[in-house]
Amino acid sequence: MIIASLCFYLFAAVMIAAAVMVISARNPVHCVLFLILAFLNAAGLFVLMGAEFLGLILAIVYVGAVAVLFMFVVMMLDIDFTAIREGFLQYLPIGGAIGVVLMVELGFAVATIRSSEGTAAMPMPGGGEVGNTEALGRLIYTDYFYLFQAAGVILLIAMVGAIVLTLRRREGVRRQSIADQVGRRREESVEIRKVTPGSGI
Amino acid sequence: MTITISHYLVLAAILFTLGIFGIFLNRKNVIIILMSIELMLLAVNINLVAFSVHLQDLVGQVFTMFVLTVAAAEVSIGLAILVVYNRVRGTIEVEDINLMKG
Repeated sequence: MIIASLCFYLFAAVMIAAAVMVISARNPVHCVLFLILAFLNAAGLFVLMGAEFLGLILAIVYVGAVAVLFMFVVMMLDIDFTAIREGFLQYLPIGGAIGVVLMVELGFAVATIRSSEGTAAMPMPGGGEVGNTEALGRLIYTDYFYLFQAAGVILLIAMVGAIVLTLRRREGVRRQSIADQVGRRREESVEIRKVTPGSGI
Repeated sequence: MTITISHYLVLAAILFTLGIFGIFLNRKNVIIILMSIELMLLAVNINLVAFSVHLQDLVGQVFTMFVLTVAAAEVSIGLAILVVYNRVRGTIEVEDINLMKG
């Protein structure tokens, strides 16, 4: 139990520190790296809570896909990031004020929480008879099947949208056209001429 | 010093506030704003999973998965729009994005 508590405090502290660095680091590449650190610690917290599947999904999807996407865009865009940081301190007071107000509100919300013995809609299988992943799979492939499919459609639409947005055809680039190559016919590509000797074509 | 749900809720609250703070602090840089939104969504996910474990109810974890899906889609579309905008205008400063005079 003491080890679990220590793990919680370790993960939480590193995650908060990484989040602070995400919003305050000078170099956007460092921001992305700290975001990866924050997500890895969140994955650790999920595993600590007993949601192993979601923890691993977080590590795979965020660290493997989203963070790499961020990194790709940060490195691909040629932007002067020092000029873009001007006015950083100018927004500090109002941002800090709003942050403090929100923090106090959330603190009230957390302080007034009561441990309710609510009735669970989908009770978690206890006693370790079924693992977290299997229980989740049993749920999303039965009761939440249509929502699961809708999530897949959302991802498909996002993929198509991203491709359509960023695709462009450059002018003046010679590219291979397989259809034209395959569709070539003998009549339009070979010409037979009678050459009289000594005169050339 | 056993860890209760309140610990997780406080952690998620701090993370959410940091996300809001990041949006206000980096008002020019869209990439950092997107990362701050990711942080806020992560805080929401931590809340959902904490309550799911606390109430012994798996629906919270199912919902977390859907939140993850939508967040991934949102990031990919947002970054694609960002790349196209940078190609057209040559900058990503949010304060310059006032073409529609909204």
